[in-house]
Amino acid sequence: MARAAVLGRLTWRVATVSAVRDETATARTLVLDVPGWPGHEAGQHVDVRLTAPDGYTAVRSYSIASVAAEPGAPTAGPGASADTVTGGEQIEITVEQVEDGEVSTYLAGVAGAGDQLEVRGPIGGWFAWRATQSEPVQLIGGGSGVVPLMAMVRARAAAASPAPFRLLYSTRRPQSVIYRSELERRAADGLPLTLVYTRAVPPGWSRPPGRVDAALLASATFPPSEMPTCYVCGPTPFVEAVADQLLSAGHDPGRVRTERFGGLS
Amino acid sequence: MNPLDGNAAAGELRTIFAVDVTAAMGQCVGCGQTAPLGAARAYQQAPGLVLRCSGCDAVLLRVVAGPDRTWLDGRGLAYLQFDTSPS
Amino acid sequence: MGIVTPGFTGRRRDSSTDLPPGQYLTRDFPVLSAGPTPKVRLDNWEFTITTETGDVHRWDWAGLQALPTRQVTVDLHCVTRWSKLATTWEGVSLDDLFAGVETAADYASVLSYGGYTTNLPLEDLLDGQAWIAYKYDAEDLTPEHGGPARLLVPHLYLWKSAKWVRGITLTLQDQPGFWESLGYHNYGDPWREQRYWGD
Repeated sequence: MARAAVLGRLTWRVATVSAVRDETATARTLVLDVPGWPGHEAGQHVDVRLTAPDGYTAVRSYSIASVAAEPGAPTAGPGASADTVTGGEQIEITVEQVEDGEVSTYLAGVAGAGDQLEVRGPIGGWFAWRATQSEPVQLIGGGSGVVPLMAMVRARAAAASPAPFRLLYSTRRPQSVIYRSELERRAADGLPLTLVYTRAVPPGWSRPPGRVDAALLASATFPPSEMPTCYVCGPTPFVEAVADQLLSAGHDPGRVRTERFGGLS
Repeated sequence: MNPLDGNAAAGELRTIFAVDVTAAMGQCVGCGQTAPLGAARAYQQAPGLVLRCSGCDAVLLRVVAGPDRTWLDGRGLAYLQFDTSPS
Repeated sequence: MGIVTPGFTGRRRDSSTDLPPGQYLTRDFPVLSAGPTPKVRLDNWEFTITTETGDVHRWDWAGLQALPTRQVTVDLHCVTRWSKLATTWEGVSLDDLFAGVETAADYASVLSYGGYTTNLPLEDLLDGQAWIAYKYDAEDLTPEHGGPARLLVPHLYLWKSAKWVRGITLTLQDQPGFWESLGYHNYGDPWREQRYWGD
């Protein structure tokens, strides 16, 4: 253990659930106390490992939803801050229940304050946004793919960054929108937000249910001429379809970063 | 089997490397494409991790993690370029 | 072992004394792969056995189907620790394929469409221990599980049962395959828990 720490290799740390917060009927945020947490960047994730009493283990990756506090900043209480800037040794993950998902069913349905699990992280420097970036940023999320994008939105706010951001968020129906009240607040504060529903829309909605398509991208996202960095996250079919559309629209492939969650849309 | 982005393998690679390898640029020995490893295709539903080139599907990197030994084969990469500029 | 989360039970699994050490029973059929699923058309498909002297024995799809069909029920043991018992397959026995093959070689290198390789002693392919299987559970073998046809050698860990099998080359010297060359045990007997080098 000491040798790994000296070399900087990642090892598993024990995390204790401090609080849980339901985001939708199927998505829940877990606030985790992780002693020794080294901080993280927006977009990074943790690997979570669960071990059953008979030794069976399962590992899954979850994006960190919260923003790391600056060193020396006051710590926020569990779930208290709408900006979710967590205390130095706390992180938040938002887990969507996957049908037959053995880990998500536990995390989003069973885990409660006091339960322990193991995390490894922070991980992933490629799908990350840093406040040193000044170019326009186009965020496109499908379902729980909004989680790392929300971390970026929160990080931008916490850093008071002037970088122009736009968020396009696709979900099945209005009840599936994660972070709805916070998103509406941020939209009212000036974040260009486009919600897309694929299965059912609210009354009076101008766009019928349907997936993200080229026309929507053309109307709601930064055009290639603005050279945005695009972050696309969600189920694999969603990410592939959107990434293809971005490239067809003329975006530079080097500026499109994808995080496939696997699975079906 | 649908792969994930190389980013998904970052955790496992961080158990070997002290730095984030998925942020490094790698050149594929097969087709010469140079891209961040985070953009490679990661096959993790296997006895080991396989990272394949997003251009030609050639194997860039393989990792097998045993209980007390981990093996890495990087012969599919001509080189890795790390950003070591002072932060 | 890491810390235990008592409320976590995971997928339905049973313990059984009939399992090799370190395995758990699964009721689904996990799909593991080291690369994209090859798309092989039956009119292009072929299976070859190449001897150490370069003699090539070749079967196309019709030729394979013309050989005696065997129906077998076997247990599968994956090195990633899941086992699936009493799986039913239909295919051709390697004994029938090797019937006309003359060789002095001791080793077999197996090649798959897509480039996967594995290796095993020739004697482990014979005497009713291995099949080229093209049906699973009475249906055509799906691509994700190795269709059109895969090797099935159930007495060894499942990574030896190469999916999308294309051919076997007989060699005088053992040639470690894809996983055997990077830490996995060269032979892979689940009952002796031979998972990694040196086990």
